[in-house]
Amino acid sequence: MFETLILMLDATMRVSTPLIFAALAGLYSERAGIVDIGLEGKILGSAFAAAAGAAVFGSAWIGLCFGIMASVSLAMIHGFACITHRGDHIVSGVAINTIVAGLTVTLSMDWFGMGGQTPALTGDARFLDITFPFADALESVPVIGSIYSNLLSGHNILVYLAFAMVPVTYWVIYKTRFGLRLRAVGENPHAVDTAGISVAFIRYRALIVCGILCGLAGAYLSTAHNAGFLKDMSAGKGYMALAALIFGKWRPVPVLLACLLFGFLDAVAVRMQGVEIPGIGEVPVQAIEVLPYVLTVLLLAGFIGKAVGPKAVGRPYVKERA
Amino acid sequence: MSQAKVPAWVNIALIPVLNILLAFLVSGLVILAIGENPIEAAGYLIYGAFGYDEGIGYTLYYATNLIFTGLAVSVAFKGGLFNIGGEGQAYIGGLGVGLICLSLDHTMPFYVIAPLAVIGAAVFGAAWGYIPAYLQARRGSHIVITTIMFNFIASSLMVYLIVNWLKEDGRMAPNSRTFEENAWLPYLHEIFSPLGIEIGDSPLNLAFVWALLCCVFVWGLIWHTRWGYQLRTLGTNPTAARYAGIDTAKVTIWAMLISGGLAGFVGLNEIMGVNHNLLLNFTAGYGFAGIAVSLMGRNHPIGIILAAVLFGALYQGGAELAFEIPTITPEIVVVIQGLVILFSGALEHMFKDRIEGFFIRRAVA
Repeated sequence: MFETLILMLDATMRVSTPLIFAALAGLYSERAGIVDIGLEGKILGSAFAAAAGAAVFGSAWIGLCFGIMASVSLAMIHGFACITHRGDHIVSGVAINTIVAGLTVTLSMDWFGMGGQTPALTGDARFLDITFPFADALESVPVIGSIYSNLLSGHNILVYLAFAMVPVTYWVIYKTRFGLRLRAVGENPHAVDTAGISVAFIRYRALIVCGILCGLAGAYLSTAHNAGFLKDMSAGKGYMALAALIFGKWRPVPVLLACLLFGFLDAVAVRMQGVEIPGIGEVPVQAIEVLPYVLTVLLLAGFIGKAVGPKAVGRPYVKERA
Repeated sequence: MSQAKVPAWVNIALIPVLNILLAFLVSGLVILAIGENPIEAAGYLIYGAFGYDEGIGYTLYYATNLIFTGLAVSVAFKGGLFNIGGEGQAYIGGLGVGLICLSLDHTMPFYVIAPLAVIGAAVFGAAWGYIPAYLQARRGSHIVITTIMFNFIASSLMVYLIVNWLKEDGRMAPNSRTFEENAWLPYLHEIFSPLGIEIGDSPLNLAFVWALLCCVFVWGLIWHTRWGYQLRTLGTNPTAARYAGIDTAKVTIWAMLISGGLAGFVGLNEIMGVNHNLLLNFTAGYGFAGIAVSLMGRNHPIGIILAAVLFGALYQGGAELAFEIPTITPEIVVVIQGLVILFSGALEHMFKDRIEGFFIRRAVA
């Protein structure tokens, strides 16, 4: 039983990693007042660019750079539409998701000609698992040994980076001047403008951070979690990250917990396939898969707590008061 | 004020055409980057979509789905609501059609099944739109987020229902049994051939006619009823609508019911018209494409028909193009779609403000 739990928590960490990156990305963006439906597209775009870069140059790190560049470029398109031209945030996000869904397949067919995939990545072209010191030696120690060797050790660097990003984000958002201004821009842009700070510049910077984090999420999918890019491989992770962001009420630590919960549900769904529970019978996998979305809807509706987003989110900033 | 000085054709024709040209230009650059000739590609695309009978049939068959989802998005849009859940509503609408067909095809004739299937599609689609609408109107949760969540919930629900309950016994394929022929919508080439008019075989079916009727219905509803006026008021200025005594919650909920019902009609075309069984993922992104159609068509039924035919042509022509030039995938159409959403939706102010400014200055001078 304990071993099973460790295995499931281990899987949870792996599945949650892209969600954590993407949800934190959304946090920077939405806290600055920009709704980001385009998380999904940025993850997918980065996954493709990272896999393509890694396949061509044989290095996962170069791939990661390409992934981040692709994702930041998409974030800048979003910014150009939403900040500079006061376009609708949702429409722009949908546009980005649609363009990326088509473009990744088109380009990968042309570049690699493998039915929309990239070549399988091996060796240095992937982020490999890191084994902690003494992990093998300590494995036999009861409880703690298992947690250390099987749960904490043996992930790739991006997994640890994702978890490290949570305190970093907390610090940036709540303890730095940039964070204070970012939150202010999301709550009351007029006040920020009155103080003589450029609303647009802060929002653009928030979107750059958002792009970098989505880039990490995408690179994780194609060069760490899997060995190569597959068509539509983001498979709704961006939307689930959005759900986690709302479920975590736009705050770093609760967002982390929401991502872990959703990741855990995913691990449970995989485990429960075809398993009979005494007294209940077989729980359909779909019922567990759907829980993150149902929980988010219930939360938004105020049935379990209340989620209130940044006040100025989704509204283009116009200098003169309407 | 200034709006009045801008000639009508600028907003109706010039700006949409400019936006689509820009989208085509960027797609052309993508094709150029792949190392193919965009002009040649456009030639294949146009021939594939309009060059022969079957091609036109396919184009209009794709357009049928897009008219339904385009209307769905635009009705909600008129009320200031962004219904991003057309995909889920279409999926569940198809379930309604499938259940009617599966339960009645052994016992009932076509003229009983068809109206019931229409009602089934509308009721199921509307029901899937109702919950997000209720939550938005009465509990203040944001409709965009809830409709996205409901797309995923719909997808899981359909997998569960089809795999566990509706799948044909003893088969591996995740779809229901094929309906008896009296539950099939007749193809238009079947309808026309007894009249002595021969058109090529294509999946184009009676649902296309229903789509056109829906356009007339939406046009009448939005511009010629009291409710339509309330809807447009709500969309233009919610505060004014409330002040004028309009029950905004009620209008919101009805807008989403109608929107969901319209999206549900995709099921008629796909399930009853073409596939003749209930299957997974038949919505194939039409719900999202509806956003592009509605933006492109300026939320007006006539514009939506034109935009739907244009996108239908892209789908059909894109398939032809991929056949003629194998290095270009049909997904290029998705890129064009996305670019249209970007230019005519997200970046609408980029040209609009400048062009309108130009015409206002000219009118003044």
